[in-house]
Amino acid sequence: MNILWLIMICVSIVFAIFTGNLEAFTKSIFDGAKAAVEISLYLLGIVSVWMGITKILEDSGLIYRIAHLFKPLISRLFKNIPGDHPSITAITLNVLANLFGLGNAATPLGIKAMQELETLNEDKGVITPEMMTFIVINTASIQLIPFSVIGILASYGHGNPAAVVFPVLLATAISTMTALLVLAAFRKIFR
Amino acid sequence: MIEHVEYISLLIIPLFILFTVLYGTFKKVRVYDSFVAGAKEGPAIILNIFPYLLTIFVAIKGFQASGAFDYVRNAFYSVFAFLEIPIEAVSMAIVKPLSGSASTALFTDIVKTTGVESMATHMSAIIMGSAETTFYVLAVYLGSVSIKKTRYLVPVCLVSDFIGIVVAVAVVRWFF
Repeated sequence: MNILWLIMICVSIVFAIFTGNLEAFTKSIFDGAKAAVEISLYLLGIVSVWMGITKILEDSGLIYRIAHLFKPLISRLFKNIPGDHPSITAITLNVLANLFGLGNAATPLGIKAMQELETLNEDKGVITPEMMTFIVINTASIQLIPFSVIGILASYGHGNPAAVVFPVLLATAISTMTALLVLAAFRKIFR
Repeated sequence: MIEHVEYISLLIIPLFILFTVLYGTFKKVRVYDSFVAGAKEGPAIILNIFPYLLTIFVAIKGFQASGAFDYVRNAFYSVFAFLEIPIEAVSMAIVKPLSGSASTALFTDIVKTTGVESMATHMSAIIMGSAETTFYVLAVYLGSVSIKKTRYLVPVCLVSDFIGIVVAVAVVRWFF
């Protein structure tokens, strides 16, 4: 991440100088800061709501029951999660929210999953294999129906906006599989 | 079929919340107090995420505004010219991992300028639906638990994004 960030910043500034976009570049830094504040405020609301809901799940013990239920499924991908750990529930709920395109629930539940996975982390500050698998699944974006894309196509008069559903599903299914394979390959190399 | 999934999507969160509070009450949990106690954790989590989000957003916005983005897009376009991918779809492929709102704006623009049933629109639609805002996900999820050493995660995500776009292009060619 360090190298990537360094390259992005340096390349941007060099380009800004040569293309005469210096003013736009400087303005964009503060636009970026503003966007970060706005998104953080939005996240503050929805994350707090989901932390409240999942707290009820914890206090009532439901979180362990759900974990027990989905353990066989989740443990195929996440091998080192012990017993009926709460992280299994958070991962399951995050994947379900992603499948149904519930962005407002997927991100907070994903954060919850990361926090639960962190409780299993013995080397704080260093990412665990389980966290990597989880993030790779999330960045590959598994979704049954891309509602926003269909919405835009329909509003501009596409004859059959639903025609994109199957291709998108196929594309995400294949790319999620390959992403997990790429992760497995890197894991072998960097062991 | 789509209407059914859409209805389930609408139903799923309210039903889940209802079930959670009823089950909690059945297990003698004071659900109101529980919810408050959970919500109290929210601000600390966001405080952790905020600096990561800010750092990545500044880099992304600067990259787009400086003209470097256009250069990268044109470079990609000429390198992969033999695949005959519309330049609009190339833009989408690069924007989507960087920014969700920018990719939505770009997609609307592509639909307007190239027509709603053009190859560029279809290809962008599949990329938009099948790719994710990788940098945002990385900043939020890693930031929430203050991970500093990400090992080989970032290269894995970038390679996977690239493969995902190739897959999307292939799928579109096959369907449309």
